[in-house]
Amino acid sequence: MSTNKQLEFVKRSRRALRGGGEKAIEKQIAMGKLTARDRINALLDVHSFHEYDLFVEHRCRDFDMDKKVLPGDGVITGTGTISGHPVAIYAQDFTVAGGSLGLMHARKITKIMDHAIKLGIPIIGINDSGGARIQEGVDSLAGYGEIFYRNTVASGIVPQISVILGPCAGGAVYSPALTDFVFVVDRISKMFITGPEVIRTVLGEEITMEDLGGARVHSEISGNAHFFARNELECFHQIKKLMTFIPWNNTRRAEPVAPALPKPRYVIEQVVPSEPTRPYDIREVIRAVCDNSDFFEVQQHFAANVVIGFARLSGETVGVIGNQPLVLAGVLDVDSSDKAARFIRFCDAFNIPLVTLVDIPGYLPGVDQEHSGVIRHGAKILYAYSEATVPKITLILRKAYGGGYIAMCSRHLSADFVFAWPTAEIAVMGPEGAANIIFRDEITSSPDPAATRRKIVAEYTEKFANPYVAAAAGHVDAVVAPGETRKFLIHALQISASKTERRPEKKHGIPPF
Amino acid sequence: MTDKEPMKVLEIGGVCYETLYTTKFANRRKYVQADPGRLSCVIPGIIQKVLVSPGAKVVKGEPLLVLEAMKMQNDICAPCDGRVKSVYAEAGKMVTKGELLLDLECTPSACG
Repeated sequence: MSTNKQLEFVKRSRRALRGGGEKAIEKQIAMGKLTARDRINALLDVHSFHEYDLFVEHRCRDFDMDKKVLPGDGVITGTGTISGHPVAIYAQDFTVAGGSLGLMHARKITKIMDHAIKLGIPIIGINDSGGARIQEGVDSLAGYGEIFYRNTVASGIVPQISVILGPCAGGAVYSPALTDFVFVVDRISKMFITGPEVIRTVLGEEITMEDLGGARVHSEISGNAHFFARNELECFHQIKKLMTFIPWNNTRRAEPVAPALPKPRYVIEQVVPSEPTRPYDIREVIRAVCDNSDFFEVQQHFAANVVIGFARLSGETVGVIGNQPLVLAGVLDVDSSDKAARFIRFCDAFNIPLVTLVDIPGYLPGVDQEHSGVIRHGAKILYAYSEATVPKITLILRKAYGGGYIAMCSRHLSADFVFAWPTAEIAVMGPEGAANIIFRDEITSSPDPAATRRKIVAEYTEKFANPYVAAAAGHVDAVVAPGETRKFLIHALQISASKTERRPEKKHGIPPF
Repeated sequence: MTDKEPMKVLEIGGVCYETLYTTKFANRRKYVQADPGRLSCVIPGIIQKVLVSPGAKVVKGEPLLVLEAMKMQNDICAPCDGRVKSVYAEAGKMVTKGELLLDLECTPSACG
């Protein structure tokens, strides 16, 4: 290569790689944030990142934009690997015009997304942008729309991960919302449709940006985020860990690792109190049965009455869904149904078997629940389980009452294996409720109603609060001692490894969104 | 278990369970039946006009207040025939969602 060409190449590359320049980079760092390029390098395997479209330029000629150079048009795109897994990645560069999204910025993103879909590799988007580039007008709206369209096309084909490392406001929030997993970082992530300023001037409501759309809000209240981290490096560690549990695309399975025995803190028999009204942490049961006791929880802080996450059984990834008696007695409600249903659909799309742990008193009663649509939200979990064709293994630990029993991957929603502990109570409702209804007259007309009720409840409990009525009907395949749980789960998983299930062909179902 | 938080009680199907509450559940609002005569603001905005004063007789559908919200002029109309008990809204003042604007005494209808 001639020296001139060499010099030209170095000069152009340097200028583009500088991003928004030193001042802007200093500002970015002062906010406690890494630069876009540092983020990519921190997340991917060392030296694995290959960048494309470094020399892309915007084409806006209005408002003196023709005189403005925006290196890379404010976004870095490329491919690389995470623990050897190939990924496509883009990171918005806040130092370049506030990471604002113009048409070419969006085209770089859609180009790398198209690559990811064709190559069958996960796509990771790092969001740090002030929003639409106003000078580009309707072109920037077009850009957003083209990204949303591809998010939808890619859904269920390749895993999509969104990382919110700065503002992500207005229409921009809908790309993360369409993806599978959203990662947020305390005091750095900000997501909202309408900002605090507009809310104050138009609506007269005072709220800080953090309280409106900070990382904690989306992790705990709105449920928009799946993983919460205290800083960017912890966030990258979480992403790397997630990647080990999921496959590259929907035609593959997650890569197995070497099997390992659990290292639980508690013995499984001691975790669950026999009294069905006493709480315990379902995660200790999961840790007592899964490899290395390593349970990677998803949406830990949102709708904590249902626990979801990834674990391994004999080296194979499984998706675990469990009622959490420690929180709201483990009921299903609007939020927990949404949470579980989405997770079930992710696992089904990416060939991850489902393990469901049941200890549920029913659906949460209340006016707010009924008025918030617990009917249509609760229906999502029924839909997701019924629709799923991956191996479905259900274990009933204690209570499995009424609609909750049906919803939690019962035999009737086509579970492949249903196991129950000897402590399981599979019934229409708890003994007290049932006795009060069935024997109402007998109780009220007796000389000592309280004593009669106690006697009837005891009789009912003896007769019906057990797994054997359901086992006699074949709704439960085996009653399993708690100590045998891992053995049964692993066998069921291995025996269903080549499960195929065909359904009538259709364009798509109509889930109760 | 290691959780230090004191347990609460949740009743489901006549059974009392020991458990923790979520923040959302702990902060839920108790349902109160709406009183048709108590007119509260459903959307924040600015009161443009107050068209009635206490004691005034009104018929169902009659405009009582004009509220500007989201760049729209909204007529707030009487939900029933009756008499204005008190007016809390003031012209030119900003009102927030849920703020009480006007109290109306509804005349019981002929059908009871």
